[in-house]
Amino acid sequence: MSVRRAAIGTHATLIVAALVILVPTVWVIGAGFRTQISLISGAIAFKPNLASFSQVLWSRGSDFVLNFRNSFVVAILSTAICLAAGTLGAWSMHRMGWPRWVPHLFLGWTMVFQMLPPVALAGAWFTMARGAGLDDTLAGLVLAHATLNLPMALWLMGNFVRDVPRELVEAACIDGASTPMLLRRIVLPLLAPGLAATGVLLFVFSWNEFAVALNLTSKHTATIPVGIAKYAQGFEVQYTQMAASSALSIIPAVLLLLIGQRYIVKGLTAGAVK
Amino acid sequence: MATSLRRQGDEPAWRWLTSAPAFALMLALGVLPLLNLLAMSFANVAWSNGAATWSFVGLANFRAVAVDPLFRAGIVNTTIFAILAVAGQMALGFVLALLSSRVRHGRIVYRTVFILPILLPGIVIGAIWKLIYNYDFGLITQLLAAFGLEPIDWLGQPTMALVSVILVDIWHWTPFCFLLLLAGIESLPQDVYEAAEVDGVSWWQELVHITLPMMWPTIAVTAAFRLVLAFKVFDEVYLLTGGGPGTATEVVSFTIYQRFFTEDRVGLGSAMSVAVILVVGALLALALAARRRAAPA
Repeated sequence: MSVRRAAIGTHATLIVAALVILVPTVWVIGAGFRTQISLISGAIAFKPNLASFSQVLWSRGSDFVLNFRNSFVVAILSTAICLAAGTLGAWSMHRMGWPRWVPHLFLGWTMVFQMLPPVALAGAWFTMARGAGLDDTLAGLVLAHATLNLPMALWLMGNFVRDVPRELVEAACIDGASTPMLLRRIVLPLLAPGLAATGVLLFVFSWNEFAVALNLTSKHTATIPVGIAKYAQGFEVQYTQMAASSALSIIPAVLLLLIGQRYIVKGLTAGAVK
Repeated sequence: MATSLRRQGDEPAWRWLTSAPAFALMLALGVLPLLNLLAMSFANVAWSNGAATWSFVGLANFRAVAVDPLFRAGIVNTTIFAILAVAGQMALGFVLALLSSRVRHGRIVYRTVFILPILLPGIVIGAIWKLIYNYDFGLITQLLAAFGLEPIDWLGQPTMALVSVILVDIWHWTPFCFLLLLAGIESLPQDVYEAAEVDGVSWWQELVHITLPMMWPTIAVTAAFRLVLAFKVFDEVYLLTGGGPGTATEVVSFTIYQRFFTEDRVGLGSAMSVAVILVVGALLALALAARRRAAPA
């Protein structure tokens, strides 16, 4: 078997795998540009049509623009809170000289927490939010998402924090830098790529989250995934609207993937390699 | 404060201050809810005018969970789902990682495409496959028809429905296994492979005697954690099948959702959550034990 033939076989297999991912995604985006009749008739060729998109975005009965706004607010705020708490927490756990059992216990606990099904927690969050008057508010969902993503923020930032050279920190301390000064002037700039990688993932995961959002929101606080799910329910599934709203919802993820592919890979594999 | 030099005495204060936000979030929204769940699982909670009335019912909720047919179906299906889906993801992910690691040109393009499913919302993945699987006009039906074949009822027939949900999960999470395994393969020491090449080892021998043994810790850890995480599955099932037909695709997260939220049986739903958390905890303990055995650090 020649090297050349092996290389062709490798590429062929990888291309088939890439098609298995791309073809369904693109076909569904295409379905958003079809009329219900054209879709159901099963014809391959169709004339692109924006009716489903304009229905999703502008029709009176649709809450999609509101959903989009809610998703945006929740994703931005929960990412900001989570990134701040995660970065400070990671620095504290790895670099502030805690007795060893503290980071072990805390980070170990966050790992257990990460594994729990969100639906199991949603029940308790719902009850607690209701008791605190935060039910059906974006604030409740923001806090829930920040907590849900905190374990990931702590691990990922932990990996980047451990790469900050100790000599640099010691030099700053000898020069008399206070902790806030050290963090702001030296640590934060060094962590910038790590913050970008982690921030992108936190944003996408909050944007995508469904199980908790479904149970903590109602009509005017619903996020995009909750809005999309509505099209799949009821007596008649609204296939083209479901496809159009899905296509709109993946724009941020696709943009981030195209711009920040390297950061995303870094984030997703950071915890695994070491 | 800004002008104060860092003295020994500042350290503990800043240690607490920097970890305070993370501690506070985890305590208030991580630990407290679990205690709350535990309390609710021994009670019945009724809401009226925004105020909760609790009545203690002892172990009644847990007895109800034990005989709940939906919960039993959920546990059985989730176990089958987790094992088959993770087996598929690991096998495919490993093959793809192995192939990508050998590619000289276009590795980044492949990797970008392969990451896509990880970044898509679970509900969108559900929506995609609801359209692809559609019996009347789905993409698969159209492809089969092009070859003169009969359509398959992917979601309407019990066994097939569970298989369909498993296939969707494989589509969703193979990329994640791929990324972790690829990172593992790329970090293997190259000198071993150079030595093997000098010895004229075949690719099969190289795979079985070099790559697999060296990759074993990464494989074991990735599989173990995917297995635990498979218990979270909810979005795709919610959109594709709603647990049906019958209880064919009922998974534990969906059962909790139905009992707690749809039927408003808070005590029963809480007891179920506690039971699932215990199962996940036990699996996690096994996974950690596996990791300790795989990588004696």
